[in-house]
Amino acid sequence: MEDLTSPKQEKANQDPGEAGRPWEEITAASSQSPESGLSEPLELEHGLETGPQLRRSPPQSPQSRASTPLDDLTGPGTSSPPSLPQEGSYTPSSPALTRQDLAVPWQSGKTSSVNPEAGTPHFHHLEQSSDKGELTASQTCQSEGTTFQQSLQTKHHLYGPEDVTYNNSKQKELRFNIFEEEDSNSNYDLGHTEPGVSEVAPSMLEIAIQSAKAYLLKTSSKSGLNLYDHLSDVLTKVLDERPENAVDIIESISQDVKMAHFRKKLDTLQNENEMLPTYEIAEKQRALFLQGNLEGADQELEDEIAENALPNVMESAFYFEQAGVGLGTDETYRIFLALKQLTDTHPIQRCRFWGKILGVEMNYIVAEVEFREGEDEEDVEEEEVTEERDDADSEADENDEDELPRTFYKTPQAIPKEENRTGANKYVYFVCNEPGRPWVKLPSVTPAQIVTARKIKKFFTGRLDTPIISYPPFPGNESNYLRAQIARISAGTHVSPLGFYQFGEEEGEEEEEVEGRRDSFEENPDFEGIQVIELVESLSNWVHHVQHILSQGRCNWFNPIQKSEEEEEEEDEEKEEEKGEETDYIEQEVGPPLLTPISEDLEIQNIPPWTTRLSSNLIPQYAIAVLRSNLWPGAYAFSNGKKFENFYIGWGHKYSPDNYTPPALPPVYQEYPSGAEITEMDDPTVEEEQAFKAAQEAAVLSAEENEETEDDEEEEDDYDQE
Amino acid sequence: MDAESLLLSLELVSGSGQGLSPDRRASLLTSLTLVKRDYRFDRVLFWGRILGLVSDYYIAQGLSEDQLAPRKTLYSLNCMEWSLLPPATEEMVAQTSVVKGRFMGDPSHEYEHTELQKMNEGEEEVVVQIKEETRLVSVIDQIDKAVAVIPRGALFKTPFGPIHVNRTFEGLSLSEAKQLSSYFHFREPVQLKNKTLLEKADLDPSLDFMDSLEHDIPKGSWSIQMEKGNALVVLRSLLWPGLTFFHAPRSKNCGYIYVGTGEKNIDLPFML
Repeated sequence: MEDLTSPKQEKANQDPGEAGRPWEEITAASSQSPESGLSEPLELEHGLETGPQLRRSPPQSPQSRASTPLDDLTGPGTSSPPSLPQEGSYTPSSPALTRQDLAVPWQSGKTSSVNPEAGTPHFHHLEQSSDKGELTASQTCQSEGTTFQQSLQTKHHLYGPEDVTYNNSKQKELRFNIFEEEDSNSNYDLGHTEPGVSEVAPSMLEIAIQSAKAYLLKTSSKSGLNLYDHLSDVLTKVLDERPENAVDIIESISQDVKMAHFRKKLDTLQNENEMLPTYEIAEKQRALFLQGNLEGADQELEDEIAENALPNVMESAFYFEQAGVGLGTDETYRIFLALKQLTDTHPIQRCRFWGKILGVEMNYIVAEVEFREGEDEEDVEEEEVTEERDDADSEADENDEDELPRTFYKTPQAIPKEENRTGANKYVYFVCNEPGRPWVKLPSVTPAQIVTARKIKKFFTGRLDTPIISYPPFPGNESNYLRAQIARISAGTHVSPLGFYQFGEEEGEEEEEVEGRRDSFEENPDFEGIQVIELVESLSNWVHHVQHILSQGRCNWFNPIQKSEEEEEEEDEEKEEEKGEETDYIEQEVGPPLLTPISEDLEIQNIPPWTTRLSSNLIPQYAIAVLRSNLWPGAYAFSNGKKFENFYIGWGHKYSPDNYTPPALPPVYQEYPSGAEITEMDDPTVEEEQAFKAAQEAAVLSAEENEETEDDEEEEDDYDQE
Repeated sequence: MDAESLLLSLELVSGSGQGLSPDRRASLLTSLTLVKRDYRFDRVLFWGRILGLVSDYYIAQGLSEDQLAPRKTLYSLNCMEWSLLPPATEEMVAQTSVVKGRFMGDPSHEYEHTELQKMNEGEEEVVVQIKEETRLVSVIDQIDKAVAVIPRGALFKTPFGPIHVNRTFEGLSLSEAKQLSSYFHFREPVQLKNKTLLEKADLDPSLDFMDSLEHDIPKGSWSIQMEKGNALVVLRSLLWPGLTFFHAPRSKNCGYIYVGTGEKNIDLPFML
């Protein structure tokens, strides 16, 4: 009997195992005293519960009695069809008899400490416990079982649910049937008894039970499961895991059990598609980590260390973290490796991690790079500076008579972009979406792009070839817009402590020409550092080290008039005069010179342009100075007195307390001089026409009269004339 | 984000760039547990940081057993000493809607606003003083109502009414995680009643009792991105820039944090 129970111990329902055991006992009992069973039922009329309770009593004395009800049970049981041997045992008659008989002897024979009540109350208790549901029934059975020997326990189990079935609820019968059935299915051999006992015809109840069970066993056409197995699985899981308030989450548990069926089979199929991007990016990043291993030679290693163009990104990241700004350590490390890859593949003099610009679909990681002397990469995409020369020149060839009116519109001269390495194009920028992905070089920026970028405000999508649809129309796509914003941010927010940079030696002074403006600086070798406290307290200790971008869109003023004067020879005199007038109006745009302290920056509606902070108030001796821009939210700079770094993390837009309003459309341009030739005349009104007609007729009449007086003889002619 | 998993959550949100410095992190870990004890909250969330000109506000919220009940909001300037903020009322929101610009960073700062009020004698200009604390309260309330996010299935509704954390929430699957409809606004539903009967038939009343992000106006005001391959889904609001929601699919980790200036991005329609 132990054999049966041990494998069954796992199951929530110990009934099957336990039910198995009574069968053995039944068979043993039946072999022992098949005949005494008939008489004894009479004694056992008291309570049905006496059956199980009988089991609880010490094995010997009730054993014989217990065997008798078992006998009774087996009797009818054996007569039933072999597939459902035990069900037959649940005929109402014998248990009813046993009920009465067993009640009293059971009470006396009881050794159980669990239910020291009268038989009937115990019966009720069982009823109630069974009413609560399968779980509680099995739980009580289990708990009770633990206090008993296993053999007794099993017998109790047999009768416990058996009691239940004899109450009116069909559900209980079903449950009991379920418990028994599982056992019977698994222990068919054991449960099969010799059909030597008297048979009782299957009653309505049995049929109902069987049909209900058959229904539960029906396989679902969709999933191949049946309710019977599913419920038993769910209960098994609940009893194994024992969650709190299981009744509240029973539906979720049921769902989990169902999903568990599928997990093993479709695991690879379902998850493969989803996990693919994860693996892809992991592969790419793995390549980053392995790139160092390709060059194993010592010489190359030394070379690398000597000519290190790579900045110490991790060190800067550490300082920025003190300020609460940063991308997380491992992400920063990957960016570091990606920068290394960049420096290895391109001839780069100096490189810097500029920052990260967030986009709607993807983000950009930006690296600021300076190429080595003479190794500038040519711009693959030449910006098409569209100079729409109007048709004035070509029309000059036409005949004057057929000439179309000439417009005075002259396309404003496109301002040429700055040369590489100067002004806004001082550095070259590379972007990538994620470390591990290839770096893409951004094209140089043109003044037109900067001017337009100042007028629009658009989110970046993350794809460099997205067109920018805006008013005023942006000359370029997202890569140009990105470059323009990067230029503006750099010009506005890249600062360094005063004295870190100094101007180079001046080579001749050009007073009027703006090109001679100081735009080169170099590191000051004698820089001694500034106290962190001073850096925080006063903004005049910080200076811009990137040239300010003028409203023209360039850093160095370009006078559009000068160049066009050369071309004026072809133009009409009229236009020369007009241009001559214009020359007087365009003033040279002046911006703050390089290395201006940031205390000179303009406020934005009473908001100071920069916020300074010590990184930590708790430990000021090791704190660093942190500068946060209010004009470009997301731009940060730190310094610990000797070192400094700039960083940007944000959406890439300027701050404005007012709403953005797109610029209004310009008024309709007057292209042609209005004059009699061009201007349409209004149709004359009726009065005017009549007046005109009257005037004409008067004139004709007067002419006729004149003619009449002169030529009286030619009346016939007059008639002709009329 | 839950104060219990503060460090992990901060690490996952670090893609947005603005987080907390180590000393703030350490102070938060300590002080939030004390706050939980003192105010007897069921859960404490670290809501985020509002950047002011002089100093920053650190905001935390405490929840009771019912997750959708009105929360108590606390603020601190140094992550150690927390002060309770009054609950937001509609008056406050209306009053502070006229204030523009950055937060000062000083809770007792008063904004001055001149209004024309009709008095008995005629129109007079009245200077109304609005405290920064009031503004703080209303901004936090607006942000919560507009963009606080929770994934579908993380909370469930019991028949008795209170909303509980769903202990069997295993996280969204990857395909669900990429759709905006699997995320809900973490507030009382506003548009749920307007759904057609057909739509309502598919909803599960115990899980779908909040508005989803799908129908937010303007469309496209959420940026949904996968980071680290498909291992992390990050939602960023474009309407209140600075709000980041993160969720690791197939795990219970989720949360949101706001680090920003506390100003709505009214230019959003131009920027899309």
